[in-house]
Amino acid sequence: MHETHATFPILTAIVLLPAIGGLITALIPHARTEVLRVVGVMFTVATAALTIYMAVQFKVGDAGFQMVSHHSWIKEFGISWKLGVDGISLWLVVLTGVLFPLALLGAPVTRDVKNYVAWMLLLEAGCLGTFLALDLFLFFLFFEIVLVPMYFLIGGWGYDNRAYAAIKFFLFTLAGSAFMLVGMLALVFLHQRATGVLTFDLVQLAEKQALAETTARWVFLAFAIGFAVKVPLFPLHTWLPDAHTEAPTAGSVILAGVLLKMGTYGILRFGLYLFPRAAIDLAPILLTLAVIGITYGAIVATMQKDLKRLVAYSSVAHLGFIILGTFAFTSQGLSGGVLQMVNHGLSTGALFLLVGMIYERRHTRQIAELGGLQKSVPLLAAAFMVVMLSSVGLPGLNGFVGEFLILLGTFATHRWWAVVATSGVILAAVYLLWAYQRVFHGPAEGDNADIPDLNLRERAVLVPLIAMIVFLGVYPKPVLDRINPSVHRLLDHMEQAAK
Amino acid sequence: MIEAAWIIPAFPLAGFVLLTLFGRRLGEPGAGWLGTLAVAGSFAATCVTFVGLLRFQGDERSVTDSLFTWIHVGRLEIKASLLLDPLSITMALFVTGVSTLIHLYSVGYMHGDERYPRFFVYLNLFVFSMLMLVLADNFVLTFLGWEGVGACSYLLISFWFERETAATAGKKAFVTNRIGDFGFLLATFLIFGAFGSLNYVDVLPNVDLLSVGTATAIGLLLFLGACGKSAQLPLYVWLPDAMEGPTPVSALIHAATMVTAGVYLMVRISPILHVAPDVATVIAIVGGATALFAATIACAQNDIKRVLAYSTISQLGYMFLAVGSGAYVAAVFHMITHAFFKALLFLAAGAVIHGMHDEQDMKRMGALRRLLPITWATFIVGWLAISGVPPFAGFWSKDEILINAWDKSPILWAVGTLTALLTAYYMTRQVMLVFYGESRWSGDDSHAGDPHEAPPTMTIPLVVLAVAAVVAGALNLPFGDSAALGNFLDPVIHITEHELLATGATQLVLAAISTAAALTGLFVARSMWSRRSDNPSVEPAILQRAWRVDEGISAVVGGPGRELANWSAYSVDKGAVDGAYNGVGVLVRRSGDRLRLLQTGYVRNYALAVAGGAVALLTYVVIRASG
Repeated sequence: MHETHATFPILTAIVLLPAIGGLITALIPHARTEVLRVVGVMFTVATAALTIYMAVQFKVGDAGFQMVSHHSWIKEFGISWKLGVDGISLWLVVLTGVLFPLALLGAPVTRDVKNYVAWMLLLEAGCLGTFLALDLFLFFLFFEIVLVPMYFLIGGWGYDNRAYAAIKFFLFTLAGSAFMLVGMLALVFLHQRATGVLTFDLVQLAEKQALAETTARWVFLAFAIGFAVKVPLFPLHTWLPDAHTEAPTAGSVILAGVLLKMGTYGILRFGLYLFPRAAIDLAPILLTLAVIGITYGAIVATMQKDLKRLVAYSSVAHLGFIILGTFAFTSQGLSGGVLQMVNHGLSTGALFLLVGMIYERRHTRQIAELGGLQKSVPLLAAAFMVVMLSSVGLPGLNGFVGEFLILLGTFATHRWWAVVATSGVILAAVYLLWAYQRVFHGPAEGDNADIPDLNLRERAVLVPLIAMIVFLGVYPKPVLDRINPSVHRLLDHMEQAAK
Repeated sequence: MIEAAWIIPAFPLAGFVLLTLFGRRLGEPGAGWLGTLAVAGSFAATCVTFVGLLRFQGDERSVTDSLFTWIHVGRLEIKASLLLDPLSITMALFVTGVSTLIHLYSVGYMHGDERYPRFFVYLNLFVFSMLMLVLADNFVLTFLGWEGVGACSYLLISFWFERETAATAGKKAFVTNRIGDFGFLLATFLIFGAFGSLNYVDVLPNVDLLSVGTATAIGLLLFLGACGKSAQLPLYVWLPDAMEGPTPVSALIHAATMVTAGVYLMVRISPILHVAPDVATVIAIVGGATALFAATIACAQNDIKRVLAYSTISQLGYMFLAVGSGAYVAAVFHMITHAFFKALLFLAAGAVIHGMHDEQDMKRMGALRRLLPITWATFIVGWLAISGVPPFAGFWSKDEILINAWDKSPILWAVGTLTALLTAYYMTRQVMLVFYGESRWSGDDSHAGDPHEAPPTMTIPLVVLAVAAVVAGALNLPFGDSAALGNFLDPVIHITEHELLATGATQLVLAAISTAAALTGLFVARSMWSRRSDNPSVEPAILQRAWRVDEGISAVVGGPGRELANWSAYSVDKGAVDGAYNGVGVLVRRSGDRLRLLQTGYVRNYALAVAGGAVALLTYVVIRASG
């Protein structure tokens, strides 16, 4: 597979910039909270600008990896610093770039700003590295680095039950990663035995299939478990509601918007690319788990009493759609899945921001204690409505395009799974509309009657999110045009392997 | 002219955007006038396009106007493009026409509402969505309009969201419609699988390629969608509750336009129904059953709007009866006449409610004809039209449906005729209770002053619609070559339209019978209700409670349904799944505690363990070797 190299190492710059920001933050005294905030926003905004520049420079119609930065690192083991972007990772990088400044601006903390900003910036570097790494070892490194700042963000700035949630999050992911590490080493050494080359280079490993069929299946499974925890797939999902609910708002936004995508992206980039045959063989299992996630996640979401927990469970359902599209092995399913990763990041990110804004005003997330907010905070209610409709999959907004492509693509190859998944469309309307009714409709009484509407800062955060939600719903073409070639290439690769 | 057809939906879209941004600054009545102007502009643009289309010869009246590519992945290419043909332009004409009148009416009706501008935001968005629905040239863009009108319906039903009943009704409408949308979506997947395209021009002329099984599946799934949107059995339950919305919404969305979307869809896909005759039969049966079922309920309702709501469900049933009988022109014809007279009835009912200071119980009205003379006069026109009294519009369209139903099956015809009798009955009951008899409101303290006639912004639309309800029958008269609507629509449906078998004499007899049925219903009701306001014997509880269907559904959803969800959320997810993980956690900790005890430090204990282990290992090897 061909790669185009960059004259200016823009991808390396994208990964390093927030990391440098984190280091600079460490040099600023604790008391200078305003300076710290500004530095945090500046570095995340600059990173966002870089990612957008990268998207502009991205060549449409080129299926391979672009702007590759390649430097040898640990020669003895064939490990290198290798970053590259293609249609599958492109928008996830942009999404990460855009969500971080919005999360920082949309949900400022008051306690220990210094460490908060530093962890956020380190987290961003880790996320970007995960999506850009083309070396297995490097990928694993970034994938694991992300755990640390997120653990501290939940544990340090979270809500009442934060310690339990943080440890749960850490243990679940780490257990999954252990499987992945074993799988990775097995792959690399078996590959060496077959070809005589010791390398962690993704492209080399994938383009020369060296594993026997059953071995590949086991190794794929090891990778899949690692990623399934992150997605999360049923029944590995129970860390998610706790982590999302207890995390501070920005943590939830990044957790849902970016971190979960590491799982779906990982399955796509590594699972399908490295083990095409095994992925095809084991697809029914993953499709079934995805469908369970879609329906079960929705049903469980319906009965949640905590608004944030409800949104968290909705993620289980939405991520099920992405896995479904991935294992449909059709261009519509895969492209839809990639697009839906971005869509979910925007919509659920916005939902968590809005829930955070409600919490700041009411100091509760209990649905039963809220009510009639459309009367007291009409703008917030309107924003919530748009985002909710996007999450429900209303055509004209972003969620529909992804969901429609996924379901259409799945229906072509796995009809009955698609039929059951389509019922998720009904269930999503049930839990979201019911929640909206209880929170925003009805008379506004007591504390609910007397709270201020969105301020300028909050509007500045929500407007770009809503603009992107509308844009992707009306004119997703520029985004899909860049996703499609890489998806087609992956499908060709799988088709050849299946022969 | 045709090429600029995008202007038709662009007007209300622009209105929506402008009102969203500046609505609050415009306030009342500026926002209302801007919204009305946007829709009026759309109506004008539709008229111009219509004239442009007439310049083509019959078969060439089908123009696609492509705007941009919406979704493109692999073989799937969905464009945002409009299809202008006789069917879509007919729909667009009556949608924009009726919408303009109802916008105008709302300028007065919504007077004093604290969210006045927002009402027109939603209303403009609705008109835009409805136009996308009917003008789209492919299934997915139609689905965009389909869902868009559903969302607007949800927003407008729960417009007065402080009332729990309004909020619940909005949610119910959306969720029930989603059940139908489930069918619509699956149908698009099947169609794409069969044709590799979702454009009407690629699919509909080639339906012969479909196996009967696939065609039947597609037809039934799309009909499921239609049942949701057009409130047919068993998905009708949301429409009566939708009356919680402001009355102009009931008139526009829940009577004249949105609820006819299902009928439009069925007419649009008539080639599919043509190759899947079983689906047509199902549609005819469901339509006939809905018509009769809803009519029985309408006979015993006391809320002025609920009578009209059940009446709408019943009339929509007629349209599906027509579709199922292959009488597509009759379906569209009745859709148009119904849009006129039902919008008229709703708006007049709104004027009554307005004049009565928000009273909706007909049992507390009576003798309003002198106090609300214009409302009364126009209501009378609507009443005669819906009752099927010649020569009012409803007579012609209903008659055409019944004749075609006769060809399909005399049983369906009988059901339709019985429904016609009931229709005349419940409408007469309503007229008597509201406008005649004793006044049952005077002396009631809850009313601030006597009933009063509505302002001109409200009465002008009433008069215009009343005129339309009288003359609309002329659109498709059954004499010789005067069936203008039929001739115009012919290019779209000439293959699929049912050729009447009934002879001229039979037709005359059938028309006479249905007219007699209508008059019977009318006079029976008049004798029963002109002097009395209570007739318990003909208002049994079972009818007042709408055959208890709603209660049954609520009991199931709120009972076992809720329990199941609760069980999933707490017993399964929190208990079993999460409990298992926490159990593992506890196990690890406990075994850590236990294992610590093993490290006793005594060599004899370790030796014993080593010996035991060696024995176990040896045993294993021996068994393996001998086995």
